[in-house]
Amino acid sequence: MIEFQNVSVDFKQKTGKLTAVREVSFKIEKGEIFGIAGSSGAGKSTLMRTINLLQSPTSGHLLVGGKNITKYRGKPLRDHRRSVGMIFQHFNLADNLTVYQNIAFVLRTAGKTPAETEKAVCEYLSLVGLSEKAGAYPSKLSGGQKQRVAIARALAGGANILLCDEPTSALDAETTISILNLIKSLSKQLGITVVIITHELEVIKSICSRCAVMDGGNLIELGDVYDLFTKPQHDYTRQLIGHVHKHELPLKALRSMDGLLVRLTFRGWQANTPVISDATVRFGVNFNILAGRVEYIGGKPLGILYVNPLGNPESVRHALDYLKEVVREVEVIDNGV
Amino acid sequence: MGFDLRQALLEAFEETALMSGASLLSAVVIGGVLGLLLYATSSRLFVRNRIINQTAGVIINVVRSIPFLILLVLLIPLSKAVVNTTIGPAAVVIPLSIAAIAFFARLADASFSDVNQGVIEAYISTGASKWSVIARILLPEALPSLVRNVTVTAVSLVGFSAMAGTVGGGGIGDLAIRYGYQRYQPEVMLICVAILILFVQGIQLTGDLIAKSLDKKQ
Ligand SMILES: Nc1ncnc2c1ncn2[C@@H]1O[C@H](COP(=O)(O)OP(=O)(O)O)[C@@H](O)[C@H]1O
Ligand SMILES: [Mg+2]
Repeated sequence: MIEFQNVSVDFKQKTGKLTAVREVSFKIEKGEIFGIAGSSGAGKSTLMRTINLLQSPTSGHLLVGGKNITKYRGKPLRDHRRSVGMIFQHFNLADNLTVYQNIAFVLRTAGKTPAETEKAVCEYLSLVGLSEKAGAYPSKLSGGQKQRVAIARALAGGANILLCDEPTSALDAETTISILNLIKSLSKQLGITVVIITHELEVIKSICSRCAVMDGGNLIELGDVYDLFTKPQHDYTRQLIGHVHKHELPLKALRSMDGLLVRLTFRGWQANTPVISDATVRFGVNFNILAGRVEYIGGKPLGILYVNPLGNPESVRHALDYLKEVVREVEVIDNGV
Repeated sequence: MGFDLRQALLEAFEETALMSGASLLSAVVIGGVLGLLLYATSSRLFVRNRIINQTAGVIINVVRSIPFLILLVLLIPLSKAVVNTTIGPAAVVIPLSIAAIAFFARLADASFSDVNQGVIEAYISTGASKWSVIARILLPEALPSLVRNVTVTAVSLVGFSAMAGTVGGGGIGDLAIRYGYQRYQPEVMLICVAILILFVQGIQLTGDLIAKSLDKKQ
């Protein structure tokens, strides 16, 4: 659907040129929700803006729907932009236009009649759940409502790609979830390909299927979101997701501990197996659970558990062997001496 | 007194209104277009063009840096050529307009530049033509600020027209100088000043009211 071929973007600066995106190549498939993660200044927005040519690549090519759009100008460019909707961190609605006028603009300028425009505006307002706000001005709406209007504006013209540049970074946690759910359900319902930039990994974990990680203009890692979070290949990715998986064990719990400290990592549906109680029953080893949690990444569970096995060393060894067989990832972090 | 004060005041007021009104109109139309040109040629999202932008900018700055009284005298030959007279309101409308156009062009440029670039970019990204974005997004978004700047220009023009009046344009300012100052009738001077104050207050109040009703940001 969207294919980057060696895309680079340079910016001229007083001190020379700044390469915001360097030789990036990858494909985004039709209908997927694709995430781009990375810290601020990594080049995420610049890369995304090449998709609708708000930013022209300095070199390389962009294929969208099989067509090379890189050199589009004039009418072909405007037609291409109509097929790509975009939403932003700060919503970017026109303050002096009503909700209705904000959305209607897109249809009127695409040559729709007033009747067609009205029909489409109403349809998309109801899709985002804001039918009763048609006549309101943006200043009277909450952040979440503004983003809903922005989504309706982005899609009302019939776009089949939705670009989201930090769409939830200005929203509270609860609103974030509702906006993400809306994006997810619209993508399914309308068959839209979604590209979403964020520095919040929670966003990627909750709605993306695949994800790219950028650092310093380079695309350093790309893959299935679950793999990325559970088996990051790159140091930077590990660092980026580090805080998500770091379980700070209270020092007090560690000091008062006897024996081993073991970390168990459950992937996928293993997380549902009652291995701990199995091991207790089979080997007579009790497990003191120090910390742990299960989180869901792209709908699949990832469980991490810190345990302190209590029992005679022989049984503990057997129990750990058993866990290694079932859970696979069992790490002895601290052997208690 | 030897002359009908009411009649003189009425005539003078009419002249002042004519001078400032006509030049305000050209300032808004021509200055507004120039302001839009300054903005569009400076913006990455429209038709960025250094050469046009800087040329227009320099010309406007040159006009603005000439003290109005000097501009007035400099342009007498031009006025004469165009309106074929050097007295009466018509004679000073050209220098007044030129000063006001340059003044308002700068203010309009600032009004356009104050519009959130993200909003403009969001609408450019919808595939609409640049003209549609200018006419249907940029203008409504800039409108409250443009109205405030029209008000500022109108108030300045009342002042300028008083100055212009003294070199032959007539109007309230001229009346004040001729009777109040040269003929020692301080009460005429006071009445003229009072009228000017009321006139300016009226312009300001009306402008503020319109701007406020157009601004939906709050
Ligand atoms: N229009 C521009 N002109 C000059 N430099 C820019 C421009 N846009 C972005 N940059 C620079 O490019 C780099 C990447 O920016 P951006 O793509 O916005 O990063 P991100 O979205 O990952 O935070 C930054 O160093 C930024 O300063
Ligand atoms: Mg960004």
